[in-house]
Amino acid sequence: MAEFLSLQEAVSKHINNGDTVAMEGFTHLIPFAAGHEIIRQEKRDLTLIRMTPDLVYDQMIGAGCAKKLIFSWGGNPGVGSLHRLRDAVEKGWPHQIEILEHSHAAMANAYEAGAAGLPLAVLRGYVGSDLPKVNDQIKFIECPFTGERLAAVPSVRPDVAVIHAQRADRKGNVLIEGIVGIQKEVVLAAKRSIVTVEEVVDDLGASVNACVLPSWAITAIAEAPKGAKPSYALGYYDRDNAFYKDWDGIARDRDTFQAWLKENVFEKGAA
Amino acid sequence: MSLEFTSSEMMSVTAARALTNDMTCFVGIGLPSEAANLARLTHAPDVTLIYESGTLQTKPDVLPLSIGDGELCESALTTVSVPEMFRYWLQGGHISVGFLGTAQIDRFANLNTTLIGDYREPKVRLPGGGGAPEIATNAKEVFITVKHSKRTFVKDVDFVTTVGFGRDGKARDNVPHIGRGPTVVITDLCILKPDPETKELVVTSLHPNVTREDVIEATGWNIRFADELDTTSAPTARELDVLRDLKARTNAHHSSTQSGQQ
Repeated sequence: MAEFLSLQEAVSKHINNGDTVAMEGFTHLIPFAAGHEIIRQEKRDLTLIRMTPDLVYDQMIGAGCAKKLIFSWGGNPGVGSLHRLRDAVEKGWPHQIEILEHSHAAMANAYEAGAAGLPLAVLRGYVGSDLPKVNDQIKFIECPFTGERLAAVPSVRPDVAVIHAQRADRKGNVLIEGIVGIQKEVVLAAKRSIVTVEEVVDDLGASVNACVLPSWAITAIAEAPKGAKPSYALGYYDRDNAFYKDWDGIARDRDTFQAWLKENVFEKGAA
Repeated sequence: MSLEFTSSEMMSVTAARALTNDMTCFVGIGLPSEAANLARLTHAPDVTLIYESGTLQTKPDVLPLSIGDGELCESALTTVSVPEMFRYWLQGGHISVGFLGTAQIDRFANLNTTLIGDYREPKVRLPGGGGAPEIATNAKEVFITVKHSKRTFVKDVDFVTTVGFGRDGKARDNVPHIGRGPTVVITDLCILKPDPETKELVVTSLHPNVTREDVIEATGWNIRFADELDTTSAPTARELDVLRDLKARTNAHHSSTQSGQQ
C-alpha cells in the first residue's frame, strides 16, 4: 500500500545519490515540485531518464544533480533550447554530463517493456537514422518469424519513478486525467515510486475507464498543490506558457539562473 | 487588385494546401502545426490532426506552444497514452501523412534536428529527434515545411536524425513495411519534390515574385529545377484572413501571464 508522506520525507526516503530516476509527465503533469525538492536536498550523481527533459531537468541539471541523461527530445517546447542542458553538454557546466539519446517511439516502447517485466523492447524504428551510431543501446534483430529487421532497445527499469497526478483517495489510489503520457508505465517499470498529487479526496470521482493507479502499485504519495507548475494539471490550472518563454532568458545566463534558483527553489520552497 | 502577403504567409498557405480533408496527419510543432490548422480552418475542415502527446482528432482554437497544451486535449475526440500513440496509431499504420519541420535538410531530404558539428563535441546542441525518426518511416508519406536558407539547406546534414532517402538516396529501397518518405518540401521560396529515380530534391514550383537565383542563393548544393516549372498560386484573401486571425489569437493567448513566476 502507498505510504502518505510529506514531499520532503518522500524524496529523502526514496531517492538516493547515484539512483536512476525517471520523472515523467508528457508536457502535462510534470512533477516540478518534486524536482525542486530533489534540488533542495542536493541529490547528486543521478541518472535522469525522461522523454522530454523540459524545464524541470534543465533546472536539476543546472543545479548539479545529474550525472547522466537518457532522453529523446531535449528542448523548451515551442520556445527553443534548454540552455542549462546545453551548457552542461557543450561546456561542462556545472559539470560534464553523459547523454544517451533515443527517439520518442523507442523510449515509449522501453518504458512499456519495463512495465511488462521484459528485458527489451522491439520496434520498427531508427530506419536510416544516425542515432544507432551514437547510442550503443540501440541494436537490430531479425524477426524469427518473418525475417524483418527490427530495432531493439533495453527496457527502462529505474530505481525510482516520480510523477504528478490530479488526485489520490485516502487509501492511496491515484487518478490521472487528460494527457496521460507515459506515467502509468514508468510507475509500473520502477522499483519504487513517488506520486505527488494536487489533493487528497474522499472519492476519486473516476469514470469507469479512467486512468487509475491502485494504491498497492505505488510506494509513496505526497500532497503537492500546484505541484506541476509551470506545466499544468487539467481541471486545476493551465500551462503557464508565458513562464516557458521567460525561462529562455533566465536560463541563458549562469548568474541569472543561479539567482532564480536561490530565490525560487532554495528560499521560497524550503520546508 | 493583388493582395499583400509575406513570404512566411506564402509558405504557411502553400503547406496548408498540401493537406486534404481525408488525411490523417501526425503533426509536428511549429510551422507544420500552423499549416495543418490553417488547412483545417479553410479547405479541409475534417482533416484529422494527431499530436504525439496522444491527442487524436484535435481541433485547437489557438496554436499550441507545445505538443501537449491543454487546448489539444480538451478539443480532441479522445486522448491516448504515449506508448499507444506510437505503437498502435503510428507504427500500426493509421497515419497517412507525417508533417515535419527541421533545423537542417539535405538534397535527399534527410533531416537533422540533433546538432551542428560533431556529436561528441557539438558546436550547437539541438533538441533531438523526438517523434520524427519513426513518424518519417511509419507514416505513409511525409510533408516537410521549413524556411529556405543556406544554413538550413545543406548538401549533407551533420547528422541524420530522421531519414528522407538516406545519404545516397537509397535508404528506403528494399526496406519492407515503411512509408514512401518525403513527397513534398514547402519553403518560403518554392515547392520541392524528390526526383522519382534519384530521390534528389528538385524545385517544381516557385512562389510569386521569387526567382531561380533567389533559390540558388539560399540552397547549399547545386539545386535542380524541373523542366516544367510552375508558379505557386498566391494566397487568397480568405486564406490570409484565417491565418492572420489564428496567429493573432495564438500570440494573445501565449503572452498572457498567469503568475509570472512559479
